[in-house]
Amino acid sequence: MHEQNKGKRVMIDGSRLIIESLARAGADAFIGYPITPANLLYLYGSQRMDLMFSAPDEITTLQWMSGLSATGKLPVTATSFPGFALMIESINMAYMMELPMVIVLVQRLGPATGTATCGAQGDLLLLKGMMSGGHPLPVLSTSGFEDCWELSEKAVEVALKLRTPVVLLTSKEEVMTQKSFSLEKLSAITPKEKPFYNLDCEYKSYKPTDLVPDFLPVTQEKHQVRFNASTHDQQGILQHSNEEAMANTRRLEEKVVEKMKDFLFYELDEQKGAQKLLVAYGISSQAARDALKALREAGEKVSLLIPKTLLPAPDGYLEIFNLYNKVVIAEESINNQLGDVIYGRCKPSHLHFVGSIGKMITPEEIMKEVKA
Amino acid sequence: MNTQILKTASLPYCKGCGHDLIAKHTVKGLEKLGYLPLDVIMVTDIGCHGIIDKCLNTHTVHGLHGRSVALGAGITFGLENPGKKVVVFIGDGGSTIGLQHIMEAARLNLNMTVVVHNNMLYGMTGGQTSGLTPQGFRTTTSYEGNPFDGYDICALSNKAGASYVSRILGIGDISDKMAIALGTKGFSLVEIMEICPSYGVKLNPKRKLQEVVAASGKEPGEWINQRRTFSHQQGKKIGNLLEKTVEIKKTFKHYLKGPKSVVLSGSAGEGVQLAATLLSKAAMRSGLSITQKGSYPVTVGVGFSTAEINLSQKNINFHGIGVPDTVIITSADGLAHNKKRIELMQGGTLFIDSSLEVPPTGAKVMQHNFRGIGARNAAIYAVLFFALKTGFISTESLFKTIEEEGKAEKLPITKIKEALVE
Repeated sequence: MHEQNKGKRVMIDGSRLIIESLARAGADAFIGYPITPANLLYLYGSQRMDLMFSAPDEITTLQWMSGLSATGKLPVTATSFPGFALMIESINMAYMMELPMVIVLVQRLGPATGTATCGAQGDLLLLKGMMSGGHPLPVLSTSGFEDCWELSEKAVEVALKLRTPVVLLTSKEEVMTQKSFSLEKLSAITPKEKPFYNLDCEYKSYKPTDLVPDFLPVTQEKHQVRFNASTHDQQGILQHSNEEAMANTRRLEEKVVEKMKDFLFYELDEQKGAQKLLVAYGISSQAARDALKALREAGEKVSLLIPKTLLPAPDGYLEIFNLYNKVVIAEESINNQLGDVIYGRCKPSHLHFVGSIGKMITPEEIMKEVKA
Repeated sequence: MNTQILKTASLPYCKGCGHDLIAKHTVKGLEKLGYLPLDVIMVTDIGCHGIIDKCLNTHTVHGLHGRSVALGAGITFGLENPGKKVVVFIGDGGSTIGLQHIMEAARLNLNMTVVVHNNMLYGMTGGQTSGLTPQGFRTTTSYEGNPFDGYDICALSNKAGASYVSRILGIGDISDKMAIALGTKGFSLVEIMEICPSYGVKLNPKRKLQEVVAASGKEPGEWINQRRTFSHQQGKKIGNLLEKTVEIKKTFKHYLKGPKSVVLSGSAGEGVQLAATLLSKAAMRSGLSITQKGSYPVTVGVGFSTAEINLSQKNINFHGIGVPDTVIITSADGLAHNKKRIELMQGGTLFIDSSLEVPPTGAKVMQHNFRGIGARNAAIYAVLFFALKTGFISTESLFKTIEEEGKAEKLPITKIKEALVE
């Protein structure tokens, strides 16, 4: 936090906090194609990042980002479902090439073009299933302005440490709504290290050290670097399905699953003796916080879990769920996507759901379901 | 350090394939220009040409089908050393699916060379027709000959602004011609004509390359644009976005008891969002917490414009508004957008322009001639009227905010003050 901003009370939106945090953490390029409701992120990204390029479409956006990442930059973009859908093959490419980058996904009402100016929480299952092979993509979810700040920093750290694309999941109401906010709540952010390989001995682009290969950009002349979106061996040379290449493809999954254990973020507000657990992420967590307060004031014993690391789904959430007789998930969708992520299609009878489309879930709706 | 760009002379292509010639003469062209292997970043597309990577001592980047020009473009954006060379290998199929990427790179005149291996069909997937297949050329999906003319990728790239474009036959020593393209500053593209030996030759027996190219009407040649090459022209940057946010200190009192939700709605272009922002900031000046969000049709310049504002003495988590405490309507557009909400109100207050029909509601209704001050000022006047009548915040805090935000000169402040007194 810059000293002159301490204690400053301002009217601000989440977009500004996200971009400033990403930039301070080390993101140095913004590539964008305009889309509502991610336009404020685009505007601020163009103003703040050292490099900014306007792409002619979202496929190009991800390709340009990948090229920049291959040169050692840490690129960022922001989009919503229609743009994200176009990016998916290229995100698979960046994942396979192990190129660090951050994609801010601002959810809006779908399917398809849906309603551009209406928020939603309908993209979680898409994120879970978007990688061919079922590989997990790291997804962090903001639940307020402090998260816009802190999780953006963490997204950069995950991208660099794991050599991977990372999705920062938000929604329209989180990044476009203006709120009064004290900047004093923001923690200091230090630039994240870009860990480049610096030894003289032979370098292999995909030889892992503790699951993650050392990174080198194509800008240097000391070692040959290969990036490959096709199945490849440790050198980065295309292979059909030999043992070394399959080990590499398996490692991609293991890398994210294992390393994301160091990036498990959630809030758990436990109440002693509570048999009911309220669960909400993203925009719905704000209504859940109000509902929790009102429920407790009314004498209900309820705990609140706000998951922030959504994917890969941490085992710990299920362990928490299992401690309660009744679990209520609040999510701005009609199909309980978080429940699917945790349980699959066979959801237990003690799991309840408060959903909504086209409008925000209210604290009253949550309270009614928790009390029922 | 290995100074040879090519690892082996034995390349993994079918007998008679022009890709072998193209790869070797691209490398020869690079070596003629003095490039060392790790000066070169070779980006390859999907297709038979793309399996060249393992034979190269350069940096290699093997991407998706059709996207390699965009991927290479991204690399050029990140290069700070002008001694580096980005070369993209792509086929006629990749050029078809990725045509936009080629046009964009040419338009920006990025410093890179694209080598189009035009063997007139999709060789890797079974010999299908591509967008660059010449008219009359037979493929596995057009046995009678392609009924359509192919794209002229050279003409398109030239028109898009490439510094240098050439079309050459893939016969003999083409390394000097490759060197011209590879040595060009800015975007260069070479389309090399060849016939796929596995499908093209078999399906078009007795046709020679020169004859096929001549029949297509796309003769070899070169096309030049004298244009400025791409450079990073980044606008002025803001070093800290938070410094651009204006601190709002409490300088006025508020008289709010409990949280209140306010919906302000009118027509686009009549200052509704600005009025909402001024109200929010005045509330903050009065020590309140606020949230503010806008809602309007996709076309922002017509139809309704609605702002939802929450005012509270405490921190606000949930900022949605179902049935509001207060609705302020300044036009028919605003009324139409909020009619249902107004009908659901069991209490609170509806401030509505006196020209409008009041819908059935349980709210207390205050009709006033907001539009009499002028349509563009109706929203700000209505917000001041709201402050005056509810007393939640003072009109002084709003006038001060208008002044500090630099809006006073654009508004008929005296006229508004007189109207408020009336």
